[in-house]
Amino acid sequence: MIQFDFSTIAFFVFAVLTLGGALGVVTNRNLFRGTIWLMVSLFGVAGLYVLLSAPFLAAVQVLVYIGAIAILFTFAVMLTRSLTRLNVRYTRLWPSALGAVLLFAMLVIGVIWPVFGGNELYNQPISDVVRTTTDLGVALVSGEGYVLPFEVASILLTGAMIGAIVIARDADEEEMEQ
Amino acid sequence: MVPLSWYLIVSAALFSIGVFGVLSRRNGVAVLMGIELMLNAVNINLVAFWRYNTTIASVTEPVPSELSGMVFAAFMFVVAAAEVAVGLAIIITVYRNWRSVIPEETDTLRG
Repeated sequence: MIQFDFSTIAFFVFAVLTLGGALGVVTNRNLFRGTIWLMVSLFGVAGLYVLLSAPFLAAVQVLVYIGAIAILFTFAVMLTRSLTRLNVRYTRLWPSALGAVLLFAMLVIGVIWPVFGGNELYNQPISDVVRTTTDLGVALVSGEGYVLPFEVASILLTGAMIGAIVIARDADEEEMEQ
Repeated sequence: MVPLSWYLIVSAALFSIGVFGVLSRRNGVAVLMGIELMLNAVNINLVAFWRYNTTIASVTEPVPSELSGMVFAAFMFVVAAAEVAVGLAIIITVYRNWRSVIPEETDTLRG
């Protein structure tokens, strides 16, 4: 039915990296190790992007997620030092676990399997041709494409960065005197 | 290539693990990590649907709508970066003022 060629094996490797890393994130007592597991999981997702013929997204995933967001998490863990010594790891452990398992079962049994499982249409991609990174760049800045969302996204990023600085900044001495 | 449903199952599992992390962890930073996992699951879905479902009209002339999945995923990166920056800034400020990163303990505004 499914031949075990290179891409299938690679899919399993990256799926195991993704899900194993994610389990490491939610179960690890030491949050610093949890961050390392988060990097493993994000790297697995980057591999899945490569398999889905989106190499640019894979590169951005490694640069932005592993290079920036995971490092940001590392800093947050180190700046809030006492939280690595919390002796209670979970609140509502079993209700949450039950809810997550039920959600997964509902998604697979209720949606994915009946709609996409037996459907021959989705066994392989419709077209072998894939749009390249060059096409993505043109589409992002062309007037018929996505130039307006692109600009809105850049405004959102600027606002978020300024907001983060304002929120996290210490009150300096002149303000303390007032 | 593996069928589309396998990607969807991996993505659903990743999303469920993220939901579990958000609901169960006591630590604010760990809750944010769970949100990151959920965003990544959504991204896998977007790219997988794009790859399996896009018809290419002409090889030489790209139409912007043929790239919708990648563009959506790129915007998800932007939103995730903004969310993490603001979220961690809030957590650090809360830690500075309350000496705690546990969301349940910061209940000053509770009526």
